[in-house]
Amino acid sequence: MVKLTINGKSHQIDVESNTPLLWVLREQVGLTGTKYGCGIAQCGACTVHLDGKAVRSCAIPVSAAAGKRITTIEGLATGAVLHKVQQAWLDHDVPQCGYCQTGMIMAVAALLAEKPRPTDADINASITNICRCGTFQQVREAIHAAAKA
Amino acid sequence: MTTTPRISRRSFIIGTAAVGGGLALGLRLPFGPEVVRAADGSPEINAWVVIRPDDTVVIRVARSEMGQGTITGLAQLVAEELECNWSKVTYEYPTPGQNIKRKRVWGSFSTGGSRGIRTSHDYVRQGGAAARMMLVQAAANQWGVPAAECSAANSIVTHGPTGRTVTYGGVAEAAAKLRAPDPKSITLKDPKSWKVAGRSVKRLDTADKLTGKQVYGFDLKLPGMLNAAIRDCPVFGGKLKSFNAAKVARMKGVKKVVRVGDSAVAVVADTWWHAKTALDALPVVWDEGENAKVSSATIAAMLKAGLDAEQAFVGNQAGNAKSAIASAPSKIEAVYSYPFLNHACMEPMNATARYTPDKCEVWVPTQDGEASFAALQEASGLPADKCEVYKINLGGGFGRRGAFQDYVTQAVQIAKQMPGTPVKLLWSREEDMLHGHYHPIMQCKLTGAFDAGNNLTALHVRLSGQSILAAVRPHIVEKEKGRDPLTFQGLATSGEHAFGYTFPNLMIDHAMRNTHVPPGFWRGVNINQNCIFMECFMDELADAAGQDPLEFRRRFMAKHPRNLGVLNAVAERIGWGKPAPKGIYRGLAQMKAFNSYVAAAAEISVEDRSKVKIHRIVAATDPGYAVNPAQIERQVAGSFVYGLSALFYQENTVKNGRIVEQNFDTFNSMRIAQMPKVESIIMPTGGTVWGGIGEPTICVAAPAVLNAFYRATNRRIRSFPLKNHGIVLV
Repeated sequence: MVKLTINGKSHQIDVESNTPLLWVLREQVGLTGTKYGCGIAQCGACTVHLDGKAVRSCAIPVSAAAGKRITTIEGLATGAVLHKVQQAWLDHDVPQCGYCQTGMIMAVAALLAEKPRPTDADINASITNICRCGTFQQVREAIHAAAKA
Repeated sequence: MTTTPRISRRSFIIGTAAVGGGLALGLRLPFGPEVVRAADGSPEINAWVVIRPDDTVVIRVARSEMGQGTITGLAQLVAEELECNWSKVTYEYPTPGQNIKRKRVWGSFSTGGSRGIRTSHDYVRQGGAAARMMLVQAAANQWGVPAAECSAANSIVTHGPTGRTVTYGGVAEAAAKLRAPDPKSITLKDPKSWKVAGRSVKRLDTADKLTGKQVYGFDLKLPGMLNAAIRDCPVFGGKLKSFNAAKVARMKGVKKVVRVGDSAVAVVADTWWHAKTALDALPVVWDEGENAKVSSATIAAMLKAGLDAEQAFVGNQAGNAKSAIASAPSKIEAVYSYPFLNHACMEPMNATARYTPDKCEVWVPTQDGEASFAALQEASGLPADKCEVYKINLGGGFGRRGAFQDYVTQAVQIAKQMPGTPVKLLWSREEDMLHGHYHPIMQCKLTGAFDAGNNLTALHVRLSGQSILAAVRPHIVEKEKGRDPLTFQGLATSGEHAFGYTFPNLMIDHAMRNTHVPPGFWRGVNINQNCIFMECFMDELADAAGQDPLEFRRRFMAKHPRNLGVLNAVAERIGWGKPAPKGIYRGLAQMKAFNSYVAAAAEISVEDRSKVKIHRIVAATDPGYAVNPAQIERQVAGSFVYGLSALFYQENTVKNGRIVEQNFDTFNSMRIAQMPKVESIIMPTGGTVWGGIGEPTICVAAPAVLNAFYRATNRRIRSFPLKNHGIVLV
């Protein structure tokens, strides 16, 4: 049994403690907005927030998330009001296939929480998610737009 | 007994090709008095258009959206002719089963070869126009006036003389009962008068991608569903000898361990993580076969021999290159090579299947619903009327999810062993990397001959390597007496991949050297390597002739005005011929691909002869017509990410018959830090032929960068990826 706080709700989950957080979120909790891309913390599709910090949930055992605040893409908006990163993504028509974008958005939301007006160098250093469609030009525009919002 | 014919994969392929562009047939289908209804009960005006009572317009399109913007673009084209309110447009996919029942009214589902818009624009526009005519007629009937006195705009029909109006939702029921107009009576709008098409409207499919709500194949949930993890023999062509299911049978969540076909084993469990954990612990014995002896070195040696082989298939020729080269006072020669590449879609391959003897259903992210259907039918052994495919959103496609439906076959083979239970088969990234249909491996020897005045007199381009069609569409190769015409993309005598130069003596030929590594259509397909070979060597030839690369190219482009148009456009924008900023070096490339003319000019700087910064790439595209410029820009920039990731980082090597690279740690992909500024010039010049968008520009980025790299360093790199030469992208 693991006790998790996800998007402000607590969950008691019967799962082996070494299961990656990603798969607990997807398969036990049913939150499939967090994606699997590599399983080795390379691509960032599985990015969620642990106590507000961006982490790659495919490489974190669920036991390490116990007692921490977990935020997934499903918990980023406030009710019907999109988070400013999501809104900027909508305004700039960022996603192509969209599969990596939930992880990308979570990584950017954490960056902006830490650095409200990131420079291009800040973006380059902290946003290392893979996008095979190649949306980076719009991602960068939308980050700057969200920072100004 | 059923009378429904079984549809083989092959008949689908042939059928798809035969249907081509003309689908007026479907539009002529009389619907009779019976109104065809969408799932929510709303009337269907015709196959393309459903109108709800609240004036929402549901546009149905058969091509798959995988990020490339095709759905939005096709909806724009339908909406343009329909004269509907764009803000109330949404879309849905028909199913392949419905398409079969309705005599393929929606045409081909195949979404590859940059064909989504360019080969369906005519019939979807006809569909929109026909629906508009029916709506206008229904309003005219209601008012008892001639249809000619009525006009339609923004989803409202207006009777000119009286000013009466009715919305589309108000006449949709009546319109749905009308007979479709004669296609000959339909006149499509002049693109110059487009209002919705041709504009950078926002995509229709963005909102759910931002909140986690969008369901990809990987995310599908069905009641009672189990999850499967699979391992196929790592050596292509090898077999599954045995496995010890008892070893994992008691592991948590495990329901069943099953043989899948003759080469794979799968664990079915309550969750995928349990299935994967048990699969990792499962003892498996493979019969790897002869292919286990193959390595990258043996493949390279085989291709190298092809560079000088007597026998080769001719792709393009003029004059007599052989004798011109033999008698030339001077010549230069270069050998290039291009590796295997996995597609590495962000969402690994997957499919969900439910089988009973009465019905087999598959939910799958697919670039070709009908190819999925054919694979399902073959694997299930059921007649077509007992099969159905539901298309789920794709996390990338890039050519992996069209012609190749191996995951569908596997999912059905697993589900058949558990009748009634839906089983979701997910490939791990490692399984995906080891069981791709890879970009073909190719070497190329280029020889250029000069006369005493240093004028180029002959060119021989000898390709040696893998044929995609020999593996995937053997009937085409058979018809061509062994030749694979697709190998010559960008180098062909004519057609959508026509060569963009004219030389007095030319020979482009292909020594086909196939490997046991399965080849596939990888975004851009054969233009990736052909454009590097040709456009880098053009720079080498220009240097040998002592000429500027742009001037040198222009000498052979007099008969290729549209190629020249895009080349001149990028040259002008980048400032070719004017001094570059200090430390900045430039390179160019051009090609015709998928009926679009494309060119790129790159500006790079290089530190320590190895650290490459790409500052800027100017790309020009002449696709004939531009349906959504903002989406074209995104496809161009995205194609550069895909192509330059390959150029700098990616290759799949072979050891003991299997692929070595298993994940993104050894098969890297460009990040935002490396993304150059991409400036797109979209310069449609009209005409009767529409060009593609998703793929063409991918081919010009790499040679433009390589040519700039040579200017910066005097290093001419001819084998890829660049990481093998210690060159990094910063």
